[in-house]
Amino acid sequence: MNSRIGLIASNTFREAVRDRVLYNLIAFALLMSGASILVGQISIDIERLVVVNLGLTAVSLFGIVIAIFIGIGLVSKEIDRRTLYTVLSRPVRRWEFIVGKFVGLAGTLIVNTFFMAIGVFGALLYVSHHSQASDRWLFAALYFIVLQFLIITSLALLFSSFSSPLMSAVFAFSLFVVGSFAEDLRGFAGLTTGAVRWLATGAAYLVPNFSALNVITSVAHEQPVSGQLIAYNTAYALIYTTMALCGAVLIFERRNLK
Amino acid sequence: MKSSRQTTIVAGVLLVACMAASVILLFKIDKMRTGATLEEVLYVSSPKALKRMSMGYDGLLADIYWTRAVQYFGGRHHAGAKDYNLLGPLLEITTTLDPKLIVAYQYGGNFLAPEPPNGAGMPQAAIELIHYGIQHNPDDWHLFYQLGFIYYMELKDYPRAAEAFARGGGIPGAHPWLKLLAAQMAERSQNIQTARMMWATTFETTNDKAIKYNAAAHLRALQADQDITGLEAAVGRYQQVTGHLPTSFGDLVSAGVLRGTPVDPLGNPYKLTRDGRVELRSPDDFPFVTKGLPPGYVPPEAPKVLPTD
Amino acid sequence: MAAIEILGLEKTYSVGFWRKRPKCALRPLHLQVEQGEIFGFLGPNGAGKTTTLKMLMGLVFPTAGTAKILGMEINDPRMKAQIGFLPEQPYFYDYLTARELLEYFAGLSGVPAKERSRRAEEMLVRVGLKDAGGVQLRKFSKGMLQRVGIAQAIIHEPKVVFFDEPMSGLDPMGRREVRDLMDQLRQEGKTVFFSTHILSDAEALCDRVAIVNLGELQGVGAVADLTSSVQNNVEIIWQGTAVPQSLRALGAECHVAGDTVRAILREANQDAAIEALRRERVRLISVVPVRTSLEDYFMQKLKPAEAAAGVRR
Repeated sequence: MNSRIGLIASNTFREAVRDRVLYNLIAFALLMSGASILVGQISIDIERLVVVNLGLTAVSLFGIVIAIFIGIGLVSKEIDRRTLYTVLSRPVRRWEFIVGKFVGLAGTLIVNTFFMAIGVFGALLYVSHHSQASDRWLFAALYFIVLQFLIITSLALLFSSFSSPLMSAVFAFSLFVVGSFAEDLRGFAGLTTGAVRWLATGAAYLVPNFSALNVITSVAHEQPVSGQLIAYNTAYALIYTTMALCGAVLIFERRNLK
Repeated sequence: MKSSRQTTIVAGVLLVACMAASVILLFKIDKMRTGATLEEVLYVSSPKALKRMSMGYDGLLADIYWTRAVQYFGGRHHAGAKDYNLLGPLLEITTTLDPKLIVAYQYGGNFLAPEPPNGAGMPQAAIELIHYGIQHNPDDWHLFYQLGFIYYMELKDYPRAAEAFARGGGIPGAHPWLKLLAAQMAERSQNIQTARMMWATTFETTNDKAIKYNAAAHLRALQADQDITGLEAAVGRYQQVTGHLPTSFGDLVSAGVLRGTPVDPLGNPYKLTRDGRVELRSPDDFPFVTKGLPPGYVPPEAPKVLPTD
Repeated sequence: MAAIEILGLEKTYSVGFWRKRPKCALRPLHLQVEQGEIFGFLGPNGAGKTTTLKMLMGLVFPTAGTAKILGMEINDPRMKAQIGFLPEQPYFYDYLTARELLEYFAGLSGVPAKERSRRAEEMLVRVGLKDAGGVQLRKFSKGMLQRVGIAQAIIHEPKVVFFDEPMSGLDPMGRREVRDLMDQLRQEGKTVFFSTHILSDAEALCDRVAIVNLGELQGVGAVADLTSSVQNNVEIIWQGTAVPQSLRALGAECHVAGDTVRAILREANQDAAIEALRRERVRLISVVPVRTSLEDYFMQKLKPAEAAAGVRR
């Protein structure tokens, strides 16, 4: 079982690489270099702030875009192109296929983030010429961004298992935006009454909680990230991802592949 | 399809379990983070930059910050806080993003200006906020009213209050009482009539639940104050006539000094103490009252000033 | 143990968005295929062949009925390790090279890692793609893709192989190669189940065939048995330009070409026809029995059904 999931995962990774996904790193590198040089010129004591804000935001946004763009096609592309037929005629269980695809894309994003992280730290070193203790919180921020990727990838995969690429992209992107304001949504829901309150509260708790995973601003201001938050967020991300993957498996198990 | 059934059951159970677990985790995370999102407000050094960055979605962002402001104040007040440092910045950001969000200015007037625990105690900040609002909404009489309100209630600056009310009253469509209030400012003193008129105006001219609730509480307190003053005067008259204190309100009624058993604005009868003082039965329900409090009374941590208390 | 046992396999789709109308793609099918034979699954387009294959592969779920392959249920991974599948007009991951694809699929079918590259090489040679192993599949022609498809279907040495229209898109040489390969597979003791609408291929290769049309099984049996059950004809050629009335009365189909006439009629009427021609003093050139082909059988079986269905498609 594991070797099959591993095979599917590595094949998914291979596909992403050969589809030239990693070229986005070039765009990222250009962005960070350009910004660092600009900021280095200005030097009004907020260079670190700008580099961290810009760098982490770019890592997050680039990654979300990649996660959605590739994620929405993970299943639907294989069905449309009928490459799935020969795969499923083999002793591969349908759920193994889903998990393998997920691991492949998640792995791609982690590798991508790793290189980007090097870029961010490089830019930071360039503008400030030294590193400080608070830099370690950047790792926490990056870790949280990776957790975001896991969630959004699993959601894109869920949508891909039953919906067309366009609709999947719309759904996934909407959930990303709404999820970024999830805390506010729960606040809104608390102010409503009656049936609307039930619906709003339900939605507010089901939407992925990206707001807690976004610590870019506080890390930019050199605030620490509490260990408890790291623990809770990790648990939440893993649980949410599992939830979405279970949904994808349930749907995919039943699909007639015409 | 045996393996398929097994997978379905496992996936189904796992799905439901994860859903439940994620909701529980959210409760915990939210509790940890109340304040974290809001603390970020302090880092928004330039609300104008934020407005530019919102790329045209400033209206939505304003609404989000407005909701955060309301929740911030309501939540902290409910927990018995004595300071509200972030209310000013939150309202500032809200109004920078959407200068026409009038209710934000009204909120500032009602909750940014007054002293803690029922306000942030920053009347100057509130005044600056309203001036900003007037700049962007020169024809909105609500703002002038609010300005006059703050000058009168918190700063006791009667000339400025009069000026604000007069300007506001001159705008077509303004509430008719603004002109009256402008005139009353000439008295240069705090009196119950003026206060009642102002709180009644506040109550009538806003749709915000919190502001209304707060105004109603003030009005009830003023009514109670007035009632108790009158009742204690009646007790005094009784004592003059009979030479001793009444034992109950019934005595006053028989003596023709009162017409019926007096009740407070919430419908509960007043208490007559042994030493002739009139007290409220439930002082906790009258957060702003100045009379009728039993000796040694300590107000609750979170006075019932907001609908969420 | 039968290689393939189909018991009442049935598929009905619900078509339409608001009011679901049932559309029957396959009526209950009963079929058995023995080990070691080449079995042809014939029928025109839309007859239900691909639907049946997809149900056997577990890609589509039957509305009713069951099937067993090598005695095991569909979707049993142990069973799938022993079968190979080539879908119609296959498309493979175009970013992989042929070698990578074969190694990938071999791995998925349980071939140990050490073996994979050796077997991939073997397969490439066997299907005639020895030099194309390192080329990305996006550069392959249709015929080359078909060969890769066959390679991936047999790389893990399955006992039963399923081909859906294996000859489609191939030139005559390619088709010959595929036929030879299928023969080889039979000699190796494998069972081959393939669907096609090209009858000459089936005739040349198959031990037994089944014919489906409009989702229903029309006939099953050895090729020789099926063709012999069809009405036999004779072909009579004589010198002349006209067709005598007597022949027309016997229901002969006649063609005039130059100064010869060619007539085809039922064997039963052969003697009467010759008698009629002799009376006309016509010079006979030849009297030859016409060997019925599978096509005739096919047509005969199909025509009534189509007529009944009003040829509505």
